[in-house]
Amino acid sequence: MKVLIIDDAITVRIMTQAFLKELGFSEIHIAENGMEALEILGHLGRVDLILVDWNMPLMNGLDFVKEIRKDPQFSEVKIMMMTTENSMDKIVTAMDAGVNEYMMKPFSKDILADKLQIMGIKQ
Amino acid sequence: MSLKASEFEFIAQLLKRESAIVLEAGKEYLVELRLGTLAEKEGHSSYHSLILELIKKKDAGLVAKVVDAMTTNETLFFRDLKPYDYLQKHLLPELMARPQQHYELNIWSAACSTGQEPYSIAMLIHQNFPNLVRQWNYQFYATDLSNSCLDYARAAVYNQFEVNRGLPIPYLVRYFAQTQEGWALKEEIKRMFAFQQLNLIKEWGFMPKMDIIFLRNVLIYFDVPTKKEILAKMRQQLKPDGYLFLGSAETPINLDPKFKRVDTDLNVNCYQVLP
Repeated sequence: MKVLIIDDAITVRIMTQAFLKELGFSEIHIAENGMEALEILGHLGRVDLILVDWNMPLMNGLDFVKEIRKDPQFSEVKIMMMTTENSMDKIVTAMDAGVNEYMMKPFSKDILADKLQIMGIKQ
Repeated sequence: MSLKASEFEFIAQLLKRESAIVLEAGKEYLVELRLGTLAEKEGHSSYHSLILELIKKKDAGLVAKVVDAMTTNETLFFRDLKPYDYLQKHLLPELMARPQQHYELNIWSAACSTGQEPYSIAMLIHQNFPNLVRQWNYQFYATDLSNSCLDYARAAVYNQFEVNRGLPIPYLVRYFAQTQEGWALKEEIKRMFAFQQLNLIKEWGFMPKMDIIFLRNVLIYFDVPTKKEILAKMRQQLKPDGYLFLGSAETPINLDPKFKRVDTDLNVNCYQVLP
C-alpha cells in the first residue's frame, strides 16, 4: 500500500506519517506542494492513497487534484483533502474536483483511521 | 484534596441504585472530572461539597443531575462502520424483500447518547432506501438515560470534531447545514427518530416489537445479573425474526443462550433470537 502525503507544513507531514505508521502503513512518500507531488508521482507510477493539503505554495491542493484526475492512471486513486478549510462551499468544491474524502484539521489518529476505513483503505 | 474512598463508595452506590451502572475501582478520576464540572455549575466550591450536600439532603433533582453527569457517554457517527455496511448491503434489502403484510419497520437505538447512532441509521436509510422512507410505516425510537444527551440529540447541532469523526463526507454535504452554532442536521433526518428518556433497568413503557435494536457499547457498564436482565427484556422486545446489534467487543452468548450470532462475512456483532 503506497501512500503520498502532500503538505507544506513539516509538523503535519511528520505527524501524519507517524499516524500512518502506527496504523500499519510502511511505504509513505512525501511532497511539500502539488508541483513536487506531480514529479514524485511521475517517478512512482502508482500510489494507492493521496493525502493532500489545500493551501500550499507553487501548486495548491485543489489544483493538484484537478490535474491528477485528468490522468487516466490516477483517475481511481483514493484522494483525501486534509485542510483547515472547513466551510461547506470549500468541501463541495473539493468533492467536485474529485476527492473521495475530506478531513478537517486538526485531526487525530482516530479520525484519520475512520476516514481510511470509509475509503476502504486497509494496510 | 483528592476524592476520598468513602465519597467514591457513596457515588458508586448511588449510580448502582439509580441506573445499575457499575463504577469500578480505578474510575475515581472520572468522578473527580464529571462531578467537578457539575459542582462548578451548581455553585459549589468543589465536588467534595457537592457530595456532602447529596449525603445530607435527599434532593431528587441533584441526584438526577449527578446520574446524568456520570452516564454521559461518547458516541460517533457510523461507529465501527461494519454494522452500517451490513445494514445497507444485507439486512435491510433482505428485510424489504420479505413478503409483507404491513410494510412496517421498527428500529430502536437503545442508548443513543447525543444522537450520532440513530442519525447515522436515518441518513443511511434516507440515502439508500428512499422507497422505505416514502412508502413504509416506520417507527424509529432513540432512547437514553441522560436528559442532557437527549436535548443535545434533539437539537442535532454538532461541532467540527463530531462531524469530522466517522461521518462520510457525502453525508455531511447532503444532510447538514453549516450555521453559526455548528453543523446542523437537516429536518428530513431529525424527524425520522423519536427521542425519549428510558432507563434500561426500569419499566420501559409501551414500544412496539422491534425489527432492529442497537444496544451498542452500553452493556459493558452493568454487572452480569443486570446484563442478563436487560438481554431477556430485549428478547421480548424483538420480533421473532428481529436483529440485535451489540458493540464490537460484546457478546450475549455466555449471558443468554437464547441468542444466536448471525453469520455474516462482514464479522458484524449481530444476533437473532433462537426459535
